[in-house]
This record gives sequence, structure tokens and C-alpha cells, in this order.
Amino acid sequence: MKGLFSYLIFPGFLFSAFIGLIAGWLDRKITARIQWRKGPPWYQNFLDILKLLGKETIIPEGTSALTFIFSPFFGFLSAVLATTILGRSIIFPREGFLGDLIVVLYLLMIPVISIIIGASASHNPLASLGASREMKMALGYELFFLFCVSVVIIKTNGAIQLGSIINHQMSFKSNIFSFSGFLAFLLLVLFYLPAKLGFVPFDAPEAEQEIIAGTMIEYSGLGLAIFKLTKAILLYTMPVLLIVLFLGKDLSALFLILKYLAILLTVIIIKNTNPRLRIDQVLRLFWGPVGILAFLAVILAGLGY
Amino acid sequence: MDFKLKALTKSLWVFHAACSPCNNCDIEILDLLTPRHDVERFGIVLVGSIRHADVLLVTGVPNYKTKERLKKLYSQTPQPCLVVAVGNCACGRIMFRESYNSPCNVDEIVPVSLYIPGCPPKPEAIIDGVVKLISKLKTKC
Repeated sequence: MKGLFSYLIFPGFLFSAFIGLIAGWLDRKITARIQWRKGPPWYQNFLDILKLLGKETIIPEGTSALTFIFSPFFGFLSAVLATTILGRSIIFPREGFLGDLIVVLYLLMIPVISIIIGASASHNPLASLGASREMKMALGYELFFLFCVSVVIIKTNGAIQLGSIINHQMSFKSNIFSFSGFLAFLLLVLFYLPAKLGFVPFDAPEAEQEIIAGTMIEYSGLGLAIFKLTKAILLYTMPVLLIVLFLGKDLSALFLILKYLAILLTVIIIKNTNPRLRIDQVLRLFWGPVGILAFLAVILAGLGY
Repeated sequence: MDFKLKALTKSLWVFHAACSPCNNCDIEILDLLTPRHDVERFGIVLVGSIRHADVLLVTGVPNYKTKERLKKLYSQTPQPCLVVAVGNCACGRIMFRESYNSPCNVDEIVPVSLYIPGCPPKPEAIIDGVVKLISKLKTKC
């Protein structure tokens, strides 16, 4: 019962979706203000989701209907589960289980896989183009993301439990206040977050102007709404994960919100001031300079900096 | 109270189907999205894929090729879907009525819910038309 409550309501689905949709509105509003427009009202994203739920869901001819309909739900459910584990480990740092960091990392990978499966099932050339780009993108950013996470694990003396990572930072200092931690955090905010959330410099899989909507092209109604909700939940989860890993010294509500807003603002400003990279440029960037810097951060962490 | 329709009126996603227009109407439509008129205030955004659209916005006179495309596009749009004809050409073909390559009006291919005449219509006129359409939808819900 308690588990169901935390999955469906408080740190889980309702709460994270609410925060995520508000954050999505913040993104649209700030983008509009940067472009000297007015921007939509704060409830716009809720209305969008509500409207999509009321629309007809079309299953294109020649698709495998089961895969097409169910793949959004895989990503959605696992994103909610990851959010729940993360939220509970913030509220009750001692209640987690050993290795929940690794579980969260795996669960956060599933939304990407679900997008790839759904797009491949769409029976549309642009969707499969988007799926292949999404796959390359994931291969690109997961490498240095894992390097950066291992910096945290080295810094906290081999803790692979979110609760003990938070406790270690509370009793010593935040992981960001060291050379390796700062480098890893910088790489994650500047490169990993926009890539994972599909924001502009790294939105090649969904490029609206070149491959229409890429992976989402055939989805309408319910499926699209679920994908949008998954995106919203990730928009809440990913910055919070970074806060837990790198800025875990003070996790009281006020500081949590301030840190979250700072990270969100950085990502939005990056989105609004950069052009889209081609997928080969993205891969070269992630496996080249960024990957090397992340590896350097691991070495620095190993040396104790 | 029909919540579906109510949510629809506040978040119209527009797909722009250009049926061989002269591009003046399209420029005026782009004007709507840019800072001066910014229709995202009302939740109206331009989408790339027809599957995401609530509004099929048609400009220009359909010819033999775009006629088929338009019919196909309408059948691919998830319901409920509105069709808006922008410009004199889409409303009634004006001087292309007798043209050899213009088989029929837009409203003979798809059911049009809103006509916005003008050559090209001003952005204000388009916003006015959309407001009228929304208030007509609201009386239904």
C-alpha cells in the first residue's frame, strides 16, 4: 500500500508529472521571452496532455500494433519507477537497498529504448531514421555519463547506494567541490542533460525541421501523450539525479528547488543559444573531447583530487 | 461539459498544408508565430507531423496533384480535426476558377470549418477568424 502510494502519488507519478509539466512550461516561457514573445500560460502543458488523451489514436497500416501501442508505456512506467526510487532515497536516505543507483541508471535507459522500439514499429522511413539517430545518441552520451557517475562512486568510497551517497556528502562535502567532481558535473550539465532530454543542440532524433518529428512522427493521441509525459518526468528526474549525485550536501526543500531551477535554467539557455548538431558531429564530440575529459575526471578522482 | 473539446480549443496544433499557394498567405501565417502576434499565447503551435495536428491549415488552389495529397492528409489526421482555409484562393479559387489545372475548391475535397478571405489576409484577420472558430466550438461544449 505504501509502495503503491509512493509509486502513484508522492515522489512518483503524479508529483513528478506535475513538476515536469511545470518545468516544461518554464522552458516554453523562457524560450518565448528570449525570442521577445509572450509565451503560453502556466497550464498550457496540462491542456496539451488532456487534449491528446481525447484525440483519436491512429495505428498506421503495416505496423505491429502491439509493439506500437505498448512501447510508450514501457518507457513511462520505468521512468516513474526511477523517479520513485530517487524521490524516496531523498526523503528516507537510510531506507534504500544496495545498488539502487545502478537500478536507477538502468531504468533511466529504458525510456530511450522504448522510443527506439516504438519508432522502429512505426513503419515510417523518417521514424526509423529518428530511431537510428536516437540509438547513436544514446551510445554517445551513455559512455561519458557512466564515467561521470563512476567519479561519484570513487569520491564516496565505492558507495552504489543513493542513500549512502547522500549521507557521505552530508557528513563531508558535496561532490562538486573537488576538481574531478566539478569537471564531471560540468560535463553532465552541458552535454548529458540536453542530450538525454532531447534539447536543442542534441535533438537530432526529433529534428522538427528536417525529419519532421523523427521518432514521434506516427504517434497520435494516447501514445503521444504518454511520450510527452515521459519527457516531462525525465525533465524532473534527470536534474534531481544530478543534484543527488553532486550537490547532496543540503537537500532541504528550498535548496533543492533552487538547485533544480539553476540546472534547468542552464539547460534552457543552452537550448536557446545553440544550433542543432548533426548526428556525426554529436558522436564525434561525445566520444572525442567530452569522453576524454570524463575519463580524465575519473583518473583525477582516483588520484584523490 | 465536454472536456475534450474544451481542451482542444485551448491547445490547437496546426499542420500547414500548402496546396500550391503563391506564398503570401504562408508569410502572413509565419507572421502569426513570430514575436509581434505570437499565437503560442493561446496554445497554438505549428507541428511537423500530421498525426499530431488538430487543425489542417490549407492555403492555395488545389491542383490535380495536391488534391489527392490533401484528401490523404485529411484521412491521416486523428479526429477531431478542423480544417481552416486561409486566403481567397483556398476559400473560392478566385481567378483560377477557370484554370486548366484547377479541378475543384478546397471545400469540395475536405469539410472546411473556417474560411478566412483576403489576398493575403492580415494576421489580425486570421486571429479574428480563429477566435470566432473557438467561440463557436465553445458553444458546443
